[in-house]
Amino acid sequence: MAKVLSIIPERCTACRACELACSVKHYGEFNPSRSRIKVSIFLEEAVYIPTACTQCTEAWCAKICPTTAILRNDDYMAYCVVDDKCVGCKMCVLACPFGAIELYADHGKAEKCDLCLSIDGDPECVKFCTPKALLFTDEDEGPKAKQAAIALRMKEVYKEMAG
Amino acid sequence: MMGWTGTILRVNLSNGSVAKEPLDRHLARAYIGGRGLATKILYDEINPTLDPLGPANKLILATGPLTGTNAPTGGRYMAVTKSPLTGAIACSNSGGYVGAEMRYAGYDLVIVEGKAPHPVYLWVNNDRVEIRDAAQVWGQSTHETEDALRAATHADAKICSIGPAGETLSLTACIINDKHRAAGRSGVGAVMGSKNLKAVIFRGTRSVKVAQPHAFMQACLMAVAKLKADHGSGEGLPTYGTPGIVNVINAHGFMPTNNFQFGQFAGADKISGETIHDRILIRNKGCFACTIACARVTEVKAGTFKGAGEGPEYETVWGLGAMTGVDDLAAVTKAGYLCNELGMDTIEAGVAIATAMELFERGYIPEREIGRPLRFGDADALVEMTEKLGRGEGFGAILALGGARLAKRYGHPELFMGVKRQAFAAYDGRGAQGIGLGYATSNRGACHLRGYTIAAEVFGVPQKVDPFATDGKAALTKASQDATAFVDSTGTCIFTTFALGPADLHAMLELATGAGYTVDEVIKIGERIWNLERLFNLRAGLSAKDDTLPHRILNEPIPAGPAKGKVARLGEMLPEYYRLRGWDPQGVPTQEKLRELDLIESRV
Repeated sequence: MAKVLSIIPERCTACRACELACSVKHYGEFNPSRSRIKVSIFLEEAVYIPTACTQCTEAWCAKICPTTAILRNDDYMAYCVVDDKCVGCKMCVLACPFGAIELYADHGKAEKCDLCLSIDGDPECVKFCTPKALLFTDEDEGPKAKQAAIALRMKEVYKEMAG
Repeated sequence: MMGWTGTILRVNLSNGSVAKEPLDRHLARAYIGGRGLATKILYDEINPTLDPLGPANKLILATGPLTGTNAPTGGRYMAVTKSPLTGAIACSNSGGYVGAEMRYAGYDLVIVEGKAPHPVYLWVNNDRVEIRDAAQVWGQSTHETEDALRAATHADAKICSIGPAGETLSLTACIINDKHRAAGRSGVGAVMGSKNLKAVIFRGTRSVKVAQPHAFMQACLMAVAKLKADHGSGEGLPTYGTPGIVNVINAHGFMPTNNFQFGQFAGADKISGETIHDRILIRNKGCFACTIACARVTEVKAGTFKGAGEGPEYETVWGLGAMTGVDDLAAVTKAGYLCNELGMDTIEAGVAIATAMELFERGYIPEREIGRPLRFGDADALVEMTEKLGRGEGFGAILALGGARLAKRYGHPELFMGVKRQAFAAYDGRGAQGIGLGYATSNRGACHLRGYTIAAEVFGVPQKVDPFATDGKAALTKASQDATAFVDSTGTCIFTTFALGPADLHAMLELATGAGYTVDEVIKIGERIWNLERLFNLRAGLSAKDDTLPHRILNEPIPAGPAKGKVARLGEMLPEYYRLRGWDPQGVPTQEKLRELDLIESRV
């Protein structure tokens, strides 16, 4: 069964534990600037948005890669970078509309969220997300959570109209 | 050994020099980091009798080996210096993101020396360190300062700064980081102001390494699970924040009200965590790596006290609320926002205003000095005085000295409610004997966070004890003080101790550092830190006579409620406390104790 990384920003508390967990899983070191998931914190607006690779169905990073270094794992519908094939040309970085794939000088290879498939397929960020803003689930819980939130608001409006 | 970055950043603002020094590994192992390591460095480098607002004082910003890791709440830093409020050691702790960013920039500690010839800010961008002119932000609020300096440096920069209170050397001044988090107590913001240092800014892209990453992460996950399962850290704090205990403490009858004239506040529920949750809470928020997330993101949407920000915390709703008799949540919240923006400790500011209120009501301060009547319960007066205090305007300049100096100035020092010129926190030592002893003996002046005996006396952590009893309180206080000194040196938050014991924290520290610590040893390190702070204070001129409580707390019983008739029985506990500490009857550590703690070379 293909699992997906669901992101539910309303639940995020901006603690950035996911960023740390990601960097330590992939590099054995704590370094948010190397994390493949990022939490954008808008303090004034009280909005915190975790973002990571969305694992596009038609992934431009993979399409544009001249060495076919970005391969889809069909079991998970996730794209992984094959280090041996990657030549560090950065075409994928240019192609990705989300900024979800990057290169670092010391490594020289493209790096992106691969749902930890290159290690054990058990995303570390999810394990450390106590408010459950990140879920690793069979289906994307994000839209469901949004629908539920909207329904809740509609319920309040209906109550006001009725009462 | 791993876990430390191994580098200290030393900046001298008098001559503009910047140096990167290797961290002494033996010292790091013996004092861990944060509060402990910074205290040791301060002790070795300054004369404790110096003028805390003079250029010879040093300000140390210190992280611990767990700062910047996945250890839950591993994002904290300490501001350690000689306090201008108390004349004793100061070590004020804060969360947010600054501590972790300092470590990613590559430093365990930043030592600031001297005094800049004009206002400056320090911009630490990994290896590149610059002292820059701060003329453009001098006089601005902490929020304006952060916005302007983030624009001037880097979008990801993490900033700690002082507001007008710190610039004008208010003894209530704190250091604010990430807009809403405070290294609050003991006037550390005034030390920064005395150095003409408006802000310290970090950006880091380096790694923090631990000895055994995989095992460390497993230990972190276990700690996270315990915090989640605990009623306090897993449910109470995230849902209602620290003000969740307002109604609990009030029901016990030791919620200090109207400058400790009463033990219960009639308006408590109007400023409680539940009411905050229902009325003004937008959402809860975590500091860096914190899985508890107790911060209150709030907004007062309309009215005179309209505003938005974070808080109020428990100490804030008390200091600016119950203490001043104000039960208008919007006003208390607004006063709390003003404290964050202008850069004051909400406890010290609130108690200063409450002290002035009692002095005014008793006719000891004439109305013309204040410019208006200042009575308990006056919400408008509270907000007006908070702003004046922060800006040092009019009567605010006197409030800015803190309650102790204010009460003395008007001839009634006995009406200041605190110890060593630092204000009490939101628990009356008459109703919980342990916290009374803790206040009297705290090395940074009255403080609830130096030995939170309330955990046992009210919440039954680790086990319930009778708050009115004095039996066993000396031992409880000592144990709590030593354990806290250890926690404060690791880079984690004291709130983890609701669910985690020293063994849990030791497990993470050991896996991070590989230093070969045992659980007994880390507690011993806590005791070592406590004793070194004591030695600092003794050398600074403090003595056993300062380990006391105000006349009211020792002699005037709480007039009503569950704690009716109680006074603090300090005399029953203090001699036993000294004895358990291995101190002589004058409160001086004995040679045997110093030898046991490897402090013999630090003796007075």
